[in-house]
Amino acid sequence: MANRLMISTGNEEFLERISEMSGQIITLCEQCGVCSGSCPMVSEMDITPSQMMRMVQLGQSEVLRAKTIWLCASCFTCTVRCPRGLDLSKVAEALRQVILRQAVDHIDIKALPRDELVELPQIALVAGMRKFTG
Amino acid sequence: MKTEESIMQRIADAAKSVTRGVDAKDIEHWVTIYIMGRAYKVPADLTILTAMEYAGYRFVRGVGCRQGFCGACSTVYRKEGEYKLQTGMACQTRVEDGMYLVQIPFAPAEKAAYDISKESYDASVFLKFYPEVARCVSCNTCTKSCPQDLEVMDYVQAAIRGDFQSLAEGSFDCIQCGLCAMRCPADIVQYNVAQLGRRMYGRYGMPVPKHLITRLQEIEAGKFRARMDQLVAAPREQLEKLYASRVREAD
Amino acid sequence: MEPDIHKFPYYPGCTLKTTARNFEVSALACAKKLGIELVELPRWNCCGTVFSLTDDDLIHHVAAVRNLIRVQEMNRDGMVEENRLVTLCSMCFNTLKRVNLLVKENPENLEKINNFMYLEDDYEGNVEVIHFLELLRELDPGAISQRVERPLTGLRVAPYYGCLMLRPREVGIDDPEDPTIQGAILAAVGAEVIYNSYMKVCCGSYQTVNDKSAVARLVYDILSHAQADGAQAIVTSCPLCAYNLDSRQKEVREIYPDFEQIPVFYFTQLMAVAFGFGADLCGFDPNQLVPEHLLK
Repeated sequence: MANRLMISTGNEEFLERISEMSGQIITLCEQCGVCSGSCPMVSEMDITPSQMMRMVQLGQSEVLRAKTIWLCASCFTCTVRCPRGLDLSKVAEALRQVILRQAVDHIDIKALPRDELVELPQIALVAGMRKFTG
Repeated sequence: MKTEESIMQRIADAAKSVTRGVDAKDIEHWVTIYIMGRAYKVPADLTILTAMEYAGYRFVRGVGCRQGFCGACSTVYRKEGEYKLQTGMACQTRVEDGMYLVQIPFAPAEKAAYDISKESYDASVFLKFYPEVARCVSCNTCTKSCPQDLEVMDYVQAAIRGDFQSLAEGSFDCIQCGLCAMRCPADIVQYNVAQLGRRMYGRYGMPVPKHLITRLQEIEAGKFRARMDQLVAAPREQLEKLYASRVREAD
Repeated sequence: MEPDIHKFPYYPGCTLKTTARNFEVSALACAKKLGIELVELPRWNCCGTVFSLTDDDLIHHVAAVRNLIRVQEMNRDGMVEENRLVTLCSMCFNTLKRVNLLVKENPENLEKINNFMYLEDDYEGNVEVIHFLELLRELDPGAISQRVERPLTGLRVAPYYGCLMLRPREVGIDDPEDPTIQGAILAAVGAEVIYNSYMKVCCGSYQTVNDKSAVARLVYDILSHAQADGAQAIVTSCPLCAYNLDSRQKEVREIYPDFEQIPVFYFTQLMAVAFGFGADLCGFDPNQLVPEHLLK
């Protein structure tokens, strides 16, 4: 994948914003890939967790369009294994919140099938609302 | 004991400012309020509703019973120098100097269509028709907005838990003014959730009043037919006598 | 631990009162047998189930702190003499504990949250959040096995831990790579414990709301590995894991037609069976599948 990237102030601002929201020094990521290897949802994702970190490092806000950030299950496996002590779940949450805080929901609550709403344990719904609605 | 006439006179005097207008020289205490940004000097003892009418506004909506129970006159206001946004019913809140007022005709809300006889009596009924209730962050903003001093957050949490009794009792005095729904950060319409809960509770949770059923059976069996027919056929003087000599609790 | 009844403040969480009632029923009964009374928090509210992960977010922590204030009130009113709050649900445990740690380490945030909740007492930061399994671990060795009336001999169970009981490290109650806490309880009631490497892999959690097939694939990996190691049943401590591992087996069969169903229990249900409790206290109704010999 040969890309030419022009890093502008817009990119730097994006990196800074995500770093602040997540409280992580994202530039510490050395791209070792342990997170991607540990992630239970990686086979469903379009970019791997390491790629997500790389895109944030380079300030590429296109990462907000990836499916990956919505597939994170907040299991914290990446967090306990990252050799640099980075918390990727916080980075993914920051990326989700950038979109959700614009009052844009990721799921349509009213479109959820009624029989599911009745059967699902409440913690599933409450957690889903917190992660996918703004 | 005052005569009837003097009681009626006192009531008329108290309402004079809105029924007949007020002579400015009769007013001792004035306050300045701001209605949609314009300043008005109004008598201090008026409610927000009557003060706005005194200022010349005529209500075609956002007004109802004027007694604090229909929920039509929901109001949001701020007092000068204070940061808090306050809520209340216009007919029940006295004006204060430096009040900035706006009235909300209604809170836009969608009510779900349901048939309670087809639903199961547990918490899932709320998630089914109002799934947004799972977004509640327990911030208590609804409780702080309630003009009836209800513990709104508590009854929403009771709904999530499936505790229909607490929900019904906690929301009993709700007048559906919509102030909680307007301020809720999770966009929940608390009073719709409560109404569903009360209906379910009435249908499935409340004990059946056996004495009522017994009485209805007696009526249908004709136990009181003869006495009813007697009363209906009785002449006026007899009815007046019966009425005047009736047994009253106060005696 | 004292042999007589010790009262602990207890936070159930919404799901234990509704779809996972069997978890609570069996847990309270087992606790009582072990000399523990779990006293439910008065006026508790939903804790939020997930810890809000952005550093600038405070409103989502309010719900959890409100419950910690209730523990303070319980102590003040003499309902309990205990600052440790016990939870059964792993998600609620994780959220309450993480929020508690956050506000204890950030007095400025705690002050803001306390000021926001001006109608409540201030949270003073004295509560500790523990999981019921931690309480069981503190018991005298043999306390559980001594009370077993029907040992689960011959039942091969695979303890499944999920994520939120173990991770992140500051919250976890056991080693996130090699946990043994749940297995120890199951061994104490006589079951044969099967360890397998998938016992700590995420079940998909809340992805079950809008991506059932992803969850089904994860669940298949977890369950088929346990089955390959000889497990007859899966044991868990989180209602969401229990739902994904149990109720989503239907979706698993659609993708993997050779998959054989396997029952899923809460550890307290198996404890209840071992302690000799009746069917009403073991709460087997909501479970999808129960082996015949356990139904007696």
